[in-house]
Amino acid sequence: MGLLSLFKRDADKHRVLSSGHVVPDPARCVQCGICTYNCPIGIDVREHAWRGVPVIHSQCLTCGECVARCPRGVLRFEKTDLFTVKVDE
Amino acid sequence: MKYVIVGYGVAGVAAMEAIRTEDKTGEITLISDDPHGYYSRPGLAYYLTGELHDRALYPKSSEDLRRLNFIALQGRVTKILPKQHTLEINNKPPLIYDRLLIAVGSQAIPLKVPGAELDGVVKLDHMEDANHILKHARRGKTAVVSGGGITALELVEGFIARGMKVHYLLRGDRYWSNVLDEQESRIVEQSLQKEGVILHYHAELVEVLGKSGRVTGIQLQDGKTLKCDLLAYAIGIRPRVDLAKEAGLEVDRGILVDECLQTNEPNIYAAGDVAQVYDPSTGTSILDSLWSPARQQGRAAGLNMAGKKTPYTKSVPFNVTRLAGLTTTIIGTVGRGRDEDTVGIVRGDSETWRQLPDAIVAQSGFEVNNLRLLVGERTLLGAIIMGDQKLSFPLEKIITGHMDISPIRASLLIPNAKVGDILVDFWTKNWAAA
Repeated sequence: MGLLSLFKRDADKHRVLSSGHVVPDPARCVQCGICTYNCPIGIDVREHAWRGVPVIHSQCLTCGECVARCPRGVLRFEKTDLFTVKVDE
Repeated sequence: MKYVIVGYGVAGVAAMEAIRTEDKTGEITLISDDPHGYYSRPGLAYYLTGELHDRALYPKSSEDLRRLNFIALQGRVTKILPKQHTLEINNKPPLIYDRLLIAVGSQAIPLKVPGAELDGVVKLDHMEDANHILKHARRGKTAVVSGGGITALELVEGFIARGMKVHYLLRGDRYWSNVLDEQESRIVEQSLQKEGVILHYHAELVEVLGKSGRVTGIQLQDGKTLKCDLLAYAIGIRPRVDLAKEAGLEVDRGILVDECLQTNEPNIYAAGDVAQVYDPSTGTSILDSLWSPARQQGRAAGLNMAGKKTPYTKSVPFNVTRLAGLTTTIIGTVGRGRDEDTVGIVRGDSETWRQLPDAIVAQSGFEVNNLRLLVGERTLLGAIIMGDQKLSFPLEKIITGHMDISPIRASLLIPNAKVGDILVDFWTKNWAAA
């Protein structure tokens, strides 16, 4: 992979982070709480995962701590509605 | 209406939430023998590694629990009397119910070798066990772990994170051979070895050795001995069916329930690890011991108890876990069984899907990436995704949605196919169109 594409990937990443929000997949979640524990501003991310709703929170920095720390890949960033989770509860 | 729930795990909590959507005023009593209340049992693994504090394991605030409006009792149910609609409880007055949910879960199969009662022989079932382990897990000490599945590996990783020397006993010639293929087992094993774990193959524990009541070592069948301060075992789990059996409920490996989670007694339900649920699509009764099915079963049971008939439908097997630091998703059929449906197995690594559409670029990378697909006639039957998880969400939807993959089947099966690219392309077109 060339240096240029690495930069592009980094740029892509920043673009998604700045314009996206965190979306949980409840079927993967075991409510361990690592996400909430690591949120620098204390958003209860786990509770969003329980309800299966995106973390749309005015104070969310989209820093990515919760996404990166989750041991089960529950959380991801979403920019478009490409991967919208259908909540049936 | 008096509802009684036995067991304070996710099935019990999901049942209470469901009851409250239908019945705001009925009396709910929840009784549990675990003094720690409702916490994430799978999360105990991350408490062991030190990734979180034990206080972080409790998903519900006291305000959340107050809103559910229930009475929480700590105690041990000693008898269920179905004819009298009554529970007998150790050292407490009996409890009358109109609807009863048994959601007591499962527990570790006890170790049955000489010396198993010694101090320093540990398992990982409850918060108490985790606290007990952490009291003994000290830097520089040595632990031996016995068991072939996920929990055993969690124990290994917990001890490593605590700076201990770890011996890991495998009964066969590789890790978790009934789910992983050889390449995947080796990835896990190499990852463990890199962390300093000493693996012992074909290692059968026959005795725990001790002195003054404490573990000092173990003996293997081949006569070899290992010195250790702790022996942790995770050799399987067993549903806690004793109460139900004694009460005359129909029990196989778990408590047998119909698709509405009802036992052979009309007012008694069971959900979660303890329930063996009838699956009308196969005509068999299935035990599940995962968090998500337990939650779904608890929810369905709660609705049925409150009078809203709701069958539970088992979804495609799906589990996410972390094996030696690698997030691993297992979807559908990947292990032994149902091989006759598989027309091909496709492997790939993530290099082909590094360049993905915007929406999934944000997950951090892993050193190792491994993908195995089980390709059926028209659908994907299963997948295992280790490490990089970018493809995991699309694959979950393709497999659980039984999407028709005939348009890409041939190209997937070409040797060295760019599996990631093919899947992403297929997924973006079809999901966007749906």
